[in-house]
Amino acid sequence: MDFDLTDEQKAIQSLAREFASEEVAPRAEEMDREERFPYDLVAKMAELGFMGLPFSEEYGGAGADTVSYALAVMEIARADASTAITMAAHVSLGATPFYLFGTEKQKQQYLVPLARGEKLWGFGLTEPNAGSDAGNVQTKAELRDGRWLINGTKAFITNSGTDITGGTTITAVTGKRADGSREISNIIVPQDTPGFSRSRKYRKMGWRASDTRELSFVDAAVPEENLLGPRGEGYRQFLSILDGGRISVAALSIGLALGAYDQALAYSKERHAFGKPISKFQAISFKLVDMLTQIEHAKLMMLRAAWEKDEGRDYVQAASFAKLFAGELSHRVVNEALQIHGGYGFMDEYPISRMYRDQKINEIGEGTNEVQRLVLARLMGL
Amino acid sequence: MKIVVTVKLVPDPNAEKRIDPTTKRLVRTGVETVLNPYDEYALEAGLQLKERAGGDSRVTVFSMGSAALKETLRRALAMGADDALVLSDTALEGSDVWASAYAMAKALSTLEFDLLIVGGLTDDSSTGAVPGALAEHLGLPCITNARKIDVGDGKLEVERETDVGYQIVRGSLPVLITTALTFGEPRYASLKGIMGAKKKTIGTIGVSDLSLDLPVGTSGSKTELRSFAPPPARGKGRTVEAADGVAGATSIFEFLREKKFV
Repeated sequence: MDFDLTDEQKAIQSLAREFASEEVAPRAEEMDREERFPYDLVAKMAELGFMGLPFSEEYGGAGADTVSYALAVMEIARADASTAITMAAHVSLGATPFYLFGTEKQKQQYLVPLARGEKLWGFGLTEPNAGSDAGNVQTKAELRDGRWLINGTKAFITNSGTDITGGTTITAVTGKRADGSREISNIIVPQDTPGFSRSRKYRKMGWRASDTRELSFVDAAVPEENLLGPRGEGYRQFLSILDGGRISVAALSIGLALGAYDQALAYSKERHAFGKPISKFQAISFKLVDMLTQIEHAKLMMLRAAWEKDEGRDYVQAASFAKLFAGELSHRVVNEALQIHGGYGFMDEYPISRMYRDQKINEIGEGTNEVQRLVLARLMGL
Repeated sequence: MKIVVTVKLVPDPNAEKRIDPTTKRLVRTGVETVLNPYDEYALEAGLQLKERAGGDSRVTVFSMGSAALKETLRRALAMGADDALVLSDTALEGSDVWASAYAMAKALSTLEFDLLIVGGLTDDSSTGAVPGALAEHLGLPCITNARKIDVGDGKLEVERETDVGYQIVRGSLPVLITTALTFGEPRYASLKGIMGAKKKTIGTIGVSDLSLDLPVGTSGSKTELRSFAPPPARGKGRTVEAADGVAGATSIFEFLREKKFV
């Protein structure tokens, strides 16, 4: 068994760490406060190759592996969860569907500018009444005169409304199968499609510098060729996209937990009480030990899932384990990290307060804790 | 244009360091090795000049040190250098400035270059004397502390950073230039660079590959380290206790005035 990262994986992790601490961390508080999308950081990440990290070079990517991708997301989340989700949603949800299911023409047209980070792309699955029950999609796309006529609403769609967003790939009901069940397909909807509009940005508890919107489609028409993958394969396709996305959400959760741990560790060494740094009291040092122990645990699970994906194995169970554990772990860690800060942790000027707000979504997005358990129960044959 | 940048591998500047009392050398085990931060500016200068010159311009990174650490140079290749050459030999251990510069010069003279760019200082030994000694051994003009370098039609113009402003120096190639920290922040190694670096070569040569006329290592050194001491621990500092805010502020102000800070 070999636990060593390759030189390349180490180099990518340290690039991400350097970039995160020098460029992202100093801006995180202000971006969160002003709910400002970091266009300049996205441009820099694009230039360095982060926005197309796991895609092959022929499509404008950097050609790195999933382990490197997970480590990069983790390091950026350690500095700022909003910036990390902007990158992770772009790669795992925006660009990956084209990479996995696009025709060569679609890859050239859509994936290349996404992998280069020139444009962002959304993935529209969730609807106001279809979250965990994602199969209950209500948005309809009707094929008429060689065009898909789309009607419906999508909710909580990341990267869907920035100035550089090119469009969103949505799931829609495209008809009925012979057995009466609904046929779901994925359809590519460019931003300038008439009848396709975006709401204002949601006001959110966390991830406030990321772009999340509601999308509405009123007789929005796109050419028939904008179907992604075969007709009727939408359900299978989004499940496999979500499987990969779980690795990056695990990475996001672990990164956030590490960032909270960093803050708590530094604070506990600076803060004196009863004549010594509070890190010298077991009440605090044991908390820090427990935090790091669990972070290490989650990291191993995440790396294993990423490694299995790189090896071409079935990684679904490993990714679900990692996402479930890491999401819940980030809750425990930010909570304890804030507790170590005492009253100061409740003040906005300390990063831990932002991290505490940024954490909750790790247990909801990309499959709630409950859905992860459902997925795992099925995989375990229960 | 052919550019060579010298890079030293040094222990992480942020790590705690220790000197082995018997060998009187820095303990390099257990500490992460990084590119000497000053050399990253030299590399940035080399890469910028290569990009501006275009064509078949190349940047070669040269380093003298342990071959075991040579993979650390991969970072320089990921930043954009084309290849690397390491001079490594146990016979070089204990070389002082003179002997190091002599061996390096012998190795560098096997390479063709128009510009030899060197960081102004190393983070570990900090003598700042190697660039001058290298220029002397190689018979090259030496321009130190460059904050801007322009090369066109074989002509060279350099802005040198000084305490009071800057000087403009003109010269011809080949030349040795040391870079100032005002040259511009070294770039990140991009992902494309990292992925591409694994295909680039890091060559290794030893003392037997060079035609040396003089000894190197401890016996070839002209200086000897007699003793060393860690920097004195910082004192406890003074605590001001005052009856009220005004008295406290006054005594702090007096302290600052006494030290001529205000």
